Amino acid sequence: MKTFLTTTALIALALPAMAEIKLGASISATGPAAFLGDPELKTLEMLVEDLNAKGGINGEEVVLVAYDDNGDPNKARTFATRLVEDDEVVAIIGGTTTGTSMSILAVAEDAEIPFISLAGAIDIIDPVKPFTFKTPHTDRMACQKIFEDMQNRGFTKVGMISGTDGFGASMQAQCKSVAPDYGIEIVADETYDPKDADMTAQLTKIRGVEGVQAILNPGFGQGPSIVTRNVKQLAIDLPFYQSHGVASDGFIDLAGADAAEGVRLPGTALLVADLLAEDDPQKPVVDAYKAMFEAKTGTPVGTFGGYAHDAFLIMTDAIARAGSAEPAAIRDAIEATTGLAGTTGVYTFTAEDHLGLDLTAFRMLEIKGGKWTLVQ
Amino acid sequence: MTPKNATLLALAILIALSPIFFPSSFYYRVGALIFVNALAVTGIVILTGWAGQISLGHAGFAGIGAYACALAPVHLGLHPALAVLLGALISAVLAWLVGRPILRLKGYYLAVASLGMGILISMVLNNERDLTRGPDGIDVPELGLRALLKDAGLDLSNGQFWYFFCGIVLILGAWLALNLRDSATGRALRALHGSEVAAKTVGMDVARLKLQAFVISAVYASISGSLLALQNKFITPDVAGFMHSVEMVTMAVLGGVGSVAGAIFGAAVLTLLPQVLTVFAEYEQLVLGLVMVLVMIFLREGVVPSILRKIRGRGE
Repeated sequence: MKTFLTTTALIALALPAMAEIKLGASISATGPAAFLGDPELKTLEMLVEDLNAKGGINGEEVVLVAYDDNGDPNKARTFATRLVEDDEVVAIIGGTTTGTSMSILAVAEDAEIPFISLAGAIDIIDPVKPFTFKTPHTDRMACQKIFEDMQNRGFTKVGMISGTDGFGASMQAQCKSVAPDYGIEIVADETYDPKDADMTAQLTKIRGVEGVQAILNPGFGQGPSIVTRNVKQLAIDLPFYQSHGVASDGFIDLAGADAAEGVRLPGTALLVADLLAEDDPQKPVVDAYKAMFEAKTGTPVGTFGGYAHDAFLIMTDAIARAGSAEPAAIRDAIEATTGLAGTTGVYTFTAEDHLGLDLTAFRMLEIKGGKWTLVQ
Repeated sequence: MTPKNATLLALAILIALSPIFFPSSFYYRVGALIFVNALAVTGIVILTGWAGQISLGHAGFAGIGAYACALAPVHLGLHPALAVLLGALISAVLAWLVGRPILRLKGYYLAVASLGMGILISMVLNNERDLTRGPDGIDVPELGLRALLKDAGLDLSNGQFWYFFCGIVLILGAWLALNLRDSATGRALRALHGSEVAAKTVGMDVARLKLQAFVISAVYASISGSLLALQNKFITPDVAGFMHSVEMVTMAVLGGVGSVAGAIFGAAVLTLLPQVLTVFAEYEQLVLGLVMVLVMIFLREGVVPSILRKIRGRGE
């Protein structure tokens, strides 16, 4: 061990000009959450390469140490420990799922290393923990955005059909708790298993409820596509809302443009890059990310890769402003982030708010002719 | 020295001296994980290696142990250490209830029954949201032993504490298992594994012996789950997942299903491999599969017993 330390010290002495900033990441690039983690990891790798090509941060090269945690919280904790103790990174990005994020944040808080999570649940930043931040909106905000739209259209009675996975269950609970604020009554509350292949029974039950004016489907993965098809098959002629969990072109492909016609959901600016107003503060960053990601991977951008983009943007912006790669200085700089435009929204963090987004970050989208359109 | 004492001594020396070679304190975490897995796999050795029964639902018991530590302190006001015992008790009772009717039958019915039981436990943990908080997981209270040690003048880092604590629990677990092996019950278990008919004709209560082995191994799995939960201070239903059950059996088979040393070796290899293979994460499954296939072809009894046999064979 002594030899090891001496060698490291010698290398450090010999190469003083080659300063580098080590960022860590634990992402679920494979496993059940791969459809989230895969674009996230690709985004991070692409951005690091791009940043270094442009000269790094304040002239220092950025090195990304990324591990694949398979969506397993126990592995995520091990990798987070490895990033902190073994790789000695100055900050961590990652935690594709809520479970992995909760595991990583425990390690990050102990080691006092800034951590930006890519997962949705509000528990990650509520109560506020000093070193933990996150980029995606919470499911509570998605519910509020949807109910706001329903309120504008004069709906008061809503039927819900939710997935029993972590995402669906969490959003189901949040929607039920905020519904009264918008004068909305949940008149039906059905669930399905994410592996189910048919939800017509639940939908028939919802249709049978007297006075139901709209249907809301919190869920992610393939479930919502099947629900969307079933709604069409049953010819249910009610306004139909999906969640931000399916805000990607993959959803339209899976459900079919025909069945998805008229579906509304809260999404990010990224999905409607072409439709953004010229003076929209998010326009430049959304266009740049979309162009770079699509050129690099040949696949369309999605909301989830956007979360990783924003986390990297916030982190590198903070390191540049801090002028130092000390974890404590980075943390303070992240908390002082003001009006930073990302693909998900415009971030302003405070000591009490480690999410930094408000409802304006969501755009209400409607699918028309197999394309996303903005609801005015 | 008897082989039993030799195994325990070697284990104790390994656990005590390995930290000297750790390049960073991250390796305490890996060590603690190895010990936690090895404890569960020691239970599998008792059940599969000695009693000849297969369980595909042992992660369910780990889940019970883990969630007992998460829930009992909050809802029942129990100290986390007592919650570990409560989890073990619940696992034992459940194993007894499931095993009692099943183990009267011949053949591999236990594999199917335990598979179903494991999946049921995992479903309950996922779906009883009001209690378990569902798939997003739940916080686990601090054990508090580390703070006590600090007051007593022994200041260990979190990683160091769990490394040595899990190490000591593993030595205890291995000691109990090895004692059991040499007891009348252990000999009877191995006899019935050799030939159930012969064991029966000499008057052994075969069903009762198998049931004992199943209950004991369930307690091992439960305590292993508890240690994991207390160490991570956060647990999700993944701990009770089917893949975790398969992992336990795989570790036992790789190291040598009839040997406690083999169990620890198997747990060590399969816990370390993913850490070593992070550079080629995409090929991790491939390498794991290849290792298993090669072991099954060339070292049929598992790595440790096969190698021991070779060494002894040469000596004779």
